[in-house]
Amino acid sequence: MATLTMVQAIARTLAEEMSRDERVVVLGEDVGKRGGVFLATEGLLERFGPDRVIDTPLSEAAIIGAAVGMAAHGLRPVAEIQFADYIFPGFDQLATQAAKLRYRSGGQFTAPMVVRMPSGGGVRGGHHHSQSPEAHFAHTAGLKVVVVSTPYDAKGLLKAAIRDDDPVVFLEPKRLYRATREEVPDDDYVVPIGKAAVRREGTDLTIIGYGTSMPEVLKAGDELAKAGISAEILDLRSLVPWDIEAVMRSVAKTGRVVLVADAPRLSGVLGEIAATIAEELFDQMLAPPVRVAGFDTPYPYAQDKLYLPTVTRILNAAKQVLEY
Amino acid sequence: MTSTVDGRSPGLALPKSELLEMYRRMVLIRRFEEAAAEQYALGKIAGFLHLYIGEEAVAVGAIHAMDERDHLVTHYRDHGYALALGLDPGRCMAELFGKSTGLVGGRGGSMHFADASKNFWGGYAIVSGHLPIAVGLGLASQYLDERRVAVAIFGDGATNAGPFHESMNLAALWKLPVLFLCENNLYGMGTAVEHASAVREMARKACAYDIPAERVDGQDVLAVYEATRAALEHCRSGKGPFFLEALTYRFRGHSMADPEMYRSKEEIEEYRRQRDPIVLFRNRLTQEGKAEAAEFDEIDREIDEVVAAAVRFADESPDPDPETVTDYVYAEPVRVS
Ligand SMILES: Cc1ncc(C[n+]2csc(CCOP(=O)(O)OP(=O)(O)O)c2C)c(N)n1
Ligand SMILES: [Mg+2]
Repeated sequence: MATLTMVQAIARTLAEEMSRDERVVVLGEDVGKRGGVFLATEGLLERFGPDRVIDTPLSEAAIIGAAVGMAAHGLRPVAEIQFADYIFPGFDQLATQAAKLRYRSGGQFTAPMVVRMPSGGGVRGGHHHSQSPEAHFAHTAGLKVVVVSTPYDAKGLLKAAIRDDDPVVFLEPKRLYRATREEVPDDDYVVPIGKAAVRREGTDLTIIGYGTSMPEVLKAGDELAKAGISAEILDLRSLVPWDIEAVMRSVAKTGRVVLVADAPRLSGVLGEIAATIAEELFDQMLAPPVRVAGFDTPYPYAQDKLYLPTVTRILNAAKQVLEY
Repeated sequence: MTSTVDGRSPGLALPKSELLEMYRRMVLIRRFEEAAAEQYALGKIAGFLHLYIGEEAVAVGAIHAMDERDHLVTHYRDHGYALALGLDPGRCMAELFGKSTGLVGGRGGSMHFADASKNFWGGYAIVSGHLPIAVGLGLASQYLDERRVAVAIFGDGATNAGPFHESMNLAALWKLPVLFLCENNLYGMGTAVEHASAVREMARKACAYDIPAERVDGQDVLAVYEATRAALEHCRSGKGPFFLEALTYRFRGHSMADPEMYRSKEEIEEYRRQRDPIVLFRNRLTQEGKAEAAEFDEIDREIDEVVAAAVRFADESPDPDPETVTDYVYAEPVRVS
C-alpha cells in the first residue's frame, strides 16, 4: 500500500497495465521524454521503451485517429490529450470514428481505447486551458465517459477503462492531480465503470457531484452536518453510463437533490440527470432539483474562482431545496 | 538563409531614431518578460506563462516592417508582439495580473492578448487553430480590395497540425495576402523539431503548396525586418501568400514549469552568449557608428522605469467587477436558464 496523489496513482496504474498486457501502448504529446506535462506518464519511457511510449507531434486528430486504428487491430492504446481543451482539433476522430466504429461495422470492428485528458478549471488556465467538455462526449453515442476525483478511483477506473471493449474518455481534473494523497492498494483492483460512490450517507438531501467540484461538495456536506443537516453525497465517477440506480435510490430516500459540476450549465450532464430524476421520482420529490454549475460563458481567467462552484453556492442551493 | 551580420544590410540605412526604437522595443520585451517571471513567482500572475525571451528580434523586426493597417494573428507566446506593436506595457501587465485594466479586461490572461486599435487579432492558445483566421482576414482584404496583409505568427510545432496545412492550401489556392511567419525555435514544448516533424526546415513545407519561402536569421532584427518587408511586398502586390521561417531560440523554458530535460545547459548557454538578439544588435549599431554606449544605457534606464511603472499600474488596478463575468458572450445577453 502506498500513499499517492492522483497523478502518481495514474502513472503507476499505466505501468501496471503495461506490464500486465503487452498490447497496452501509450501515445501523446510529450508523454515520453517529458513524462507528460503533469507527469502522469513519468517513468514509462524508461521502463517500456519508445515502441510502447510514443511521443507524437502536435497533431490531435492523428493521435486519436491512430489510436482508433491501433485499437481496431487489437492493441489497447491509451492516448493522452495534453489538456481536454485540445480535444476539439481531434474531436472529429473521436466522435466520427472512435464512437461509431462498432456500429458502422455491425460489430465487426471495435475501438477499445482510452483517451485520457486533464480537464476542468480552478488553476487560472484561461478559456483554452480550463474547460470541462464532458457534455460533448456524453452527447456522442458510442463513447463511455469517466471523471475521477480520488487517487483510489483513478487507479481502479483507469484499469476498468483500459480493459473495456469500447472507447472510454477518461477525464482527470487537473486541479485535483496533487490536491490530496490517499492510500492506494497495490493489488490489481478495478472500480467498475457506471457505479457512483456514496461519499457520505444522509437522509435530508442528496448532493450529486463529480470531478473538479468534489472537494467543495464534500466541504458543503461537512458544513451542513455542523448545522444538523444530514446530506447524502454521491460522486458520480462515470457520466456514461451514469449510475441511475444509485441516484434514484438516494433521491427517493431524501426527496431533495442538489447537483454540482464545474461545467457550463446549459445542456450539461447535470440537466440530464435532473430531468431523469424528475421523470422517475416526480411524486416523491419534496422540492425541484437545483443545479450549481459554472456559468454559460467561456472560462474566465481573472474570475476563475467565481466560475468554480463554491461551498457558499452549494449551501445556498441546499437551503433552497430544504426550505422549498 | 538571409543574414546581415556579415554582410551589408539595407536596414542600416533606416533613420537612427528608427534603429534605436527597434532596440528599445527589444529591451522592453526582455525586461517586461523578466518582470512577468518575477511577478509569477510572487503569485501575482497565475496559470500558464510563456516567455518570449531570446526571440525578441522576430517580433520587433517583423512588426517594424508591417504597415499599421496590416493584420496580426499570433499563437499564445504573445506578449512580445503586443509590446512590439506599441501597446501600453501597463495594460499588458494588467492582463497578466487578471485586472480590469488589462487588454481584454483580465478575461484571457497571458495567452489571449488582443487589441483592435492595432489590428492585433490576438494570441490563441490552441496551437495552429489561429491560422485559418489569418486566411479569412486575407480573404476579406482581397474581397474589399484593401491591400492589407494578414500576418500569422506560429511556431515550428504548429506546422504539424491539420489547420496549418488547410490554411496554406487555401491561401495559395486563392492567392490571398497572407504572410505565414514561422518562429522555428527548434522545440515545441519538450520535443525537438527532428522528433516532431518529418522535415527539419519548416520553409520546405511551403513547396507542397507552391508558396514562395525563405529562411531568415531570427536573432538578427534587421534581417527579419528586411525579409518581412520583401515578403509583405510580395503579398501586397497580389501574388499570394509568402512563407517566412525565422530561426530563433527561446532562452527560457517552454513555460514557468519546465524542467528542460530535452536540451543541454551548454546549448542554452551557447545561445545566450553568442546569439542574444539584443546584444547582437547593440554591437552592430555600435560597430557601424550608429549610436554610442551612453545612448543605449539611457534607453535601458528608461525601460527599467517603464517596466516598473507597468508592474505598479497592474498591481494597483482593480479586479474586474463580479457583475461583468457574463459580459461579451453575445451581442445582447441571452437568457439560457
Ligand atoms: C491543439 C494544441 N495542442 C497542444 C497544445 C499544447 N502546447 C502548447 S504550446 C506547444 C508547443 C508548441 O510549439 P511551437 O508551435 O513550436 O511553439 P513554441 O512554444 O516553440 O513557441 C504545445 C504542444 C496546445 N496549446 N494546443
Ligand atoms: Mg517551437
